[in-house]
Amino acid sequence: MSEIPTWEPSRLIRRPILRYGVFSLVVLYVATTLFTMEIDWPRVLTGFSRAGDILARMFPPSFSRWELLAKGVLESVQMALAASFFGMLLAIPLGLCAAVNIAPKPVYLVARAILALSRTFHEVIIAIFFVKIFGFGPLAGVLTLIVASMSFIGKMLAEDVENMNMGQVEAVRATGASFPRLLIYAITPQMLPRYLGVSIYRLDANIRHSTVVGIVGAGGIGQTLAASFSRYDYDFSLAILLTIISLVFLGEFFSNWVRGQLR
Amino acid sequence: MSMRAEEDHPDVWRRYNPRQTLINYAWYVGIVFVAVWSVSKLDIPWFYFLDAHVQAADLFVRMYPPDWAHLGRITDPLIETIHIATLGTAVTFVIAFPIAFLAARNTSPNVATWFVGRFILVTSRSVNTVVWGLIFVAMFGPGPVAGIWAVAARSIGFVGKLIAESIEEIDEGTVAAIEATGASRLQVLLVGVVPQVLPVVFGTIVYRWDINIRESTVLGFVGAGGIGIQLYASINQFAWQQVSVMLIAVLGVVLVSEFVSAVVRKHIT
Amino acid sequence: MLTITDLVKVYPTGTKALNGVNLTISEPQVVAVIGSSGAGKSTLIRCVNRLVEPTSGKIMLDDMDITALNRRGLRAARRRMGMIFQEYNLVERLTVMENVLSGRLGYVGFWQAYRRRYPPEDVRAAFEILDRVELSGYQNTRADALSGGQRQRVGIARALMQKPDLLLVDEPTASLDPRTGRQIMRLICELAHERGTPALVNIHDVQLARTFSDRVIGLSDGKIAFDGPPGELSEKVLTMIYGEEDWSTTIRDAEDKSGKPKDDNGISHEAAIG
Ligand SMILES: Nc1ncnc2c1ncn2[C@@H]1O[C@H](COP(=O)(O)OP(=O)(O)O)[C@@H](O)[C@H]1O
Ligand SMILES: [Mg+2]
Repeated sequence: MSEIPTWEPSRLIRRPILRYGVFSLVVLYVATTLFTMEIDWPRVLTGFSRAGDILARMFPPSFSRWELLAKGVLESVQMALAASFFGMLLAIPLGLCAAVNIAPKPVYLVARAILALSRTFHEVIIAIFFVKIFGFGPLAGVLTLIVASMSFIGKMLAEDVENMNMGQVEAVRATGASFPRLLIYAITPQMLPRYLGVSIYRLDANIRHSTVVGIVGAGGIGQTLAASFSRYDYDFSLAILLTIISLVFLGEFFSNWVRGQLR
Repeated sequence: MSMRAEEDHPDVWRRYNPRQTLINYAWYVGIVFVAVWSVSKLDIPWFYFLDAHVQAADLFVRMYPPDWAHLGRITDPLIETIHIATLGTAVTFVIAFPIAFLAARNTSPNVATWFVGRFILVTSRSVNTVVWGLIFVAMFGPGPVAGIWAVAARSIGFVGKLIAESIEEIDEGTVAAIEATGASRLQVLLVGVVPQVLPVVFGTIVYRWDINIRESTVLGFVGAGGIGIQLYASINQFAWQQVSVMLIAVLGVVLVSEFVSAVVRKHIT
Repeated sequence: MLTITDLVKVYPTGTKALNGVNLTISEPQVVAVIGSSGAGKSTLIRCVNRLVEPTSGKIMLDDMDITALNRRGLRAARRRMGMIFQEYNLVERLTVMENVLSGRLGYVGFWQAYRRRYPPEDVRAAFEILDRVELSGYQNTRADALSGGQRQRVGIARALMQKPDLLLVDEPTASLDPRTGRQIMRLICELAHERGTPALVNIHDVQLARTFSDRVIGLSDGKIAFDGPPGELSEKVLTMIYGEEDWSTTIRDAEDKSGKPKDDNGISHEAAIG
């Protein structure tokens, strides 16, 4: 029916000279960087034995301070939930303002700038600024995750609004409906399914990210983890890590389930 | 037609029946309840908000003007940041590739190896780069080596998952043709499978590299090398004018890497 | 009822879509606007409810100067004009009833609109209109589950829900097969006559225009090239509107059909006007 299956080694770079050229450049790059970077080689070489050491001290994981662990986990989950909720809400005005087809030009530019800025800087950088303004604790973490969620959902929403069917909007506008009514009647139905899907995905992402903002003191299980590392409580660290992994796993499972329910 | 016009038409219409309405409201109430519960349990010191705008404004005032002289002192850490991301991504490539073959149903030798492959990928993805940084700093001491490993440890799950997925979608006809020549299992993999997934692999790797640049900018916060070390130090010393220079530099590097990655990916696919 | 004076529209691209259009509709009649594609038909119709902002000129709906309205006034004016689109433009993810009721959006509060709670008389009218366009029982079907003809009938119902003083219809049949297209065209014209609502109907199909309209306007390069009863659409006139072509078959076919206006068990429009 179909042709006899044939194959040939497909090459990413066809010209052999170029291919080997790129290859040797990569080798050269790795070699030079490893030599030029400030690396404490003796310390690194002891690392492998230390790794064994640390692993030995990690096992068995110690859940004896489970109250601390549970408190951190709960805080992380609460941070993720609160941030998803407010991020979802704030993403709506931000996303609408960042859609070129409905927002006035100046508003659009400002909204796009906010989106670009908050997406370029790593959560941890944003977190440390909030820590400086609001002090240590979950508030800084929640605000960080709100910013991240808002820009993530907002960007997707803006793209969706820009790609929406303008005919439907125009038809409702032609009935004499004002913008708010246009929003709920013509725009929302087009946006809703994906908006909810992305928001749920973001909840899952927030659970993952809530474990890291704590490193700079912004609350959650990450803060507990960082503390355990600095006190060389490696068996407790492993317990926390295992908890984080199962938490992330549960979050992913939950998010997939809800998205399935949304059809 | 005229007969139908006589008919009595209902004057209420509901979008949802009572049951659905109830379910919808239950959702609304549930979501708001969860949000309120989460916020209330977080012990948020609301009075901080009272002067938050003053604090923020104060911060901005102190960040201006940027201390451009500092730029000379951060070029090396910036380059180190890029190296960490690049080398970490290279390590990812070397490790993720074989693991992806374990984690793909059609190339994994048996269920046990498939499970091991999946487990490695899930573990790798579940732990954030910075958290991996914490672990590797404990092992290798502070510095870029810990950063490279951290980047690799987190990226393996990401890259490996995507490669495994593309392996599962390969054209079996090609593989069958090679098997028919009597090639060994390894030969089949190398000649039949690898070339098919290579474009996806490189696309994913370049995409991840760009993400890793962003991740590497904060690895220094836990001592794993790069610009983050200086950034953290300057923030803790309240040297805000240096901080603003570093933020601008980070912004530049991230934007450029995003651009480079986009261009390269366009050429690959 | 509708008076258009010296209407000019120049798009930002520099295209002069309308170049001084003068038009008066003073009785409830179906006015077909014909012309080759790009002649400015859609622009003309969209200028009337200002989905397209006219560059200059004046549009009067009864005593209201549409071109001079502010946003609020414009919304009020748009409520008086029902619009029907080539691509139906239903909100695809909403039910038929929600789409039909959206014709009353301008009259209900925000929360009522949000909760889809419309006054009883609106709901009753909606059911009545659904019946009239032969879609009774479809109120809870989602618009994206309908066929093209059904969608267009929902579009008609939505426009009629506004109890409009003027119907603006942009190529209602262009996305439909010929048979459904004729049915839709007939339905629109019947309803316009039944309710005594004047209708401005863009249509590129000369036969349909001749068959169903009371008056034909030929648009060519943004100018009115012909304005008269469908019977006067001669070969010469069509050449003036569309350019050189063999029009004899088109005219003969249309005459065959308009010769027996009661052919498709519809109301004869001559009778309806009279
Ligand atoms: N939004 C627009 N921007 C620029 N030019 C337009 C726009 N809409 C229509 N035009 C141009 O105006 C002219 C008339 O278009 P239109 O009113 O759609 O004609 P018709 O409906 O008769 O086919 C065409 O040359 C078209 O290219
Ligand atoms: Mg048109």
